[in-house]
Amino acid sequence: MLWLGIAWFRMPLLKSSAGFGSVTSSQALVEIRDVNFSYGSRAILKGINMTLPKGKVIAVMGGSGCGKTTLFRLIGGALKPSKGYVKVDGQVIHELDHKGLYEIRRKMGVLFQFGALFTDMSVYDNVAFQMREHTDLPEEIIHDLVMMKLHAVGLRGTQNLMPVELSGGMARRVALARTIALDPMLILYDEPFAGLDPISLSVVGDLIRRLNDALGATSVIVTHDVPESLKIVDYIYFISEGVIVAEGTPDEIRNSEIPYVHQFINGEKDGPVPFHYPGGDYKRDLGVSA
Amino acid sequence: MPIQRSLKAIGSRTINAVWRMGYASRFLVLTLIYSGLSFRRFRLTVKEMFFSGVMSIIIIMVAGMFVGMVLGLQGYETLKRYGSESALGTLVALSLVRELGPVLAALLFASRAGSAMTAGIGLMKATEQISAMEMMAVNPIARLIAPRFWAGVFSMPLLASIFSVMGVFGGYVVGVVVIGVDEGSFWSQMQDAVDFQHDIMNGLIKSFVFGVAVTVIALFEGFDAPPTAEGVAGATTRTVVQSSLAILLLDFILTAFMFRGA
Amino acid sequence: MERSTYDLWVGAFVVAGIGALMVLALKVGNLSTYNMSETYQLQVYFTNIGGLKPTASVRSAGVLVGRVATITLDPERYEAKVTLTLDSRYKFPSDTIAKIQTSGLLGENFIGLMPGAEDKMLDNGELLKQTQSAMILEDLIGQFIYGKPDSTK
Repeated sequence: MLWLGIAWFRMPLLKSSAGFGSVTSSQALVEIRDVNFSYGSRAILKGINMTLPKGKVIAVMGGSGCGKTTLFRLIGGALKPSKGYVKVDGQVIHELDHKGLYEIRRKMGVLFQFGALFTDMSVYDNVAFQMREHTDLPEEIIHDLVMMKLHAVGLRGTQNLMPVELSGGMARRVALARTIALDPMLILYDEPFAGLDPISLSVVGDLIRRLNDALGATSVIVTHDVPESLKIVDYIYFISEGVIVAEGTPDEIRNSEIPYVHQFINGEKDGPVPFHYPGGDYKRDLGVSA
Repeated sequence: MPIQRSLKAIGSRTINAVWRMGYASRFLVLTLIYSGLSFRRFRLTVKEMFFSGVMSIIIIMVAGMFVGMVLGLQGYETLKRYGSESALGTLVALSLVRELGPVLAALLFASRAGSAMTAGIGLMKATEQISAMEMMAVNPIARLIAPRFWAGVFSMPLLASIFSVMGVFGGYVVGVVVIGVDEGSFWSQMQDAVDFQHDIMNGLIKSFVFGVAVTVIALFEGFDAPPTAEGVAGATTRTVVQSSLAILLLDFILTAFMFRGA
Repeated sequence: MERSTYDLWVGAFVVAGIGALMVLALKVGNLSTYNMSETYQLQVYFTNIGGLKPTASVRSAGVLVGRVATITLDPERYEAKVTLTLDSRYKFPSDTIAKIQTSGLLGENFIGLMPGAEDKMLDNGELLKQTQSAMILEDLIGQFIYGKPDSTK
């Protein structure tokens, strides 16, 4: 009995040490510190701070044009922040030279919006692409690896089809297989649920979670889809007008009192994000004198 | 003032054009630097040669044939007046080998293969395939652009030669077979007048230069196209127009150098 | 390495292209009938070269034996100094006459070599002493109209 009691007592301790407040930088795969970015004079991101630990699935949500895609580009090294830094696996991304950048990109997988499969190659060649470009593996082994990746997403029979012959959901899943072809440690998903039917949506969400856990990787999802994300992610960041307005676990977000979060989660028509685009006086536009 | 506005517009467009030329030159240099892959994995270049070279053969052969036939007809018309019909072979062969072969083959190549390259690359950019490749740590210039560049450069002289041969054949058919110019003098005067080094080699050099120009323009426009439907459409048009102008300009410059006459 | 159909077609294309080039070189051009591999040079002076240009042909008995390499004005003699590049297969005696001729009535100028009877042959770099300059059309017409005696040498 005493032994059971000790075990029961220690379990909450273990759980809380996995809480995000006490994550040390050695456990974080991605560190984003005080990142600012502007397109010319327009500030897109102002002072963003994020810590993405290993093995977790994190969602980044926000309205259109709030800077989510820019954040992805900064993590991937396609853009340089004007202030602050982004560290992936301990290395500052924008200080890497050409070679170093390509090295670190080989450990990242990116799923672009709508898949971005190479349309001039078959499904098999798409998934095998990274293996052929970056490894010297013989074709027999590549064949087996491609089969395994396709099997993981449930599309093993489609290997000889061309991307144009696939439905949206299937193309998305093939792109997912291609993304995890070299077992990346960081996977970025740009709107993975956009335009999918409910079944495919659920399948993709499930795959994101399971693949992340199987690979021990970190996944970051940029999305608008609230119900699906709340189901699968461990942590959520809310970005509005270039700053993080809220963050927390799905439960914390669901019960959040912050007006913007509340409006977003519940899909309210009017709130901090107004319905009307700022325009002049309605009566004046109609030409009616007051 | 409207004059001021149009001057400003011309000025900014000129500056934009110059800026793009600089960007395009840097693009060419990058393509050459990253060309190693095109030769180590020659299969990539071969595949692109199929799409730009082999697929253009039919139009090149047909066009060459017709041009040769027209040369035969027109040439005969004019030469008859000076009693020099026997020089028809010379006229047809020299016109083709020195000028019409390289230039027309290049123009046709630009319209067919050049625009196809631009549209292909532009579309890949619009559907984020190029970004995907970059994020997968594969250099798109080495993997996509350079093989297409070398395919165009290798295909162009071959196509120009095929054009010239078909043209001479067309001139022969019209001149000797149809009109009745003496077959012997057709060929013998031609062989006497066409010098391998002076005419044929110069023609080859021209088509090589045209190949470089057309392919670079086509690939650059595709790579630089705005990632929208209108963007790609505009880029394709620009490729054909700019390639054509470049070909004619380079033709003038090269002809002035090569066929100066003391 | 597996084969693909692309290789076949591209191979055929390259063969066709090179074949066309061969046809041009041999049938259309004069590569097979004329190949100057070994050459030597001779110098000639003319009082008037007329329309002679570099790369003009040098013929003997109508057969192509070489090409005009360079044409310059000799600053001491004020005559045109022409360098000929000749095929080594053909040697000419030292009293050969070099004459500027016209191809056809209005054609381009070329150099005709009329061999003499001497036994000694000209070597690389030597001078052809006997020359006949170009016939200038205007002078001929002038003679014809005004009946002046032949003043060209």
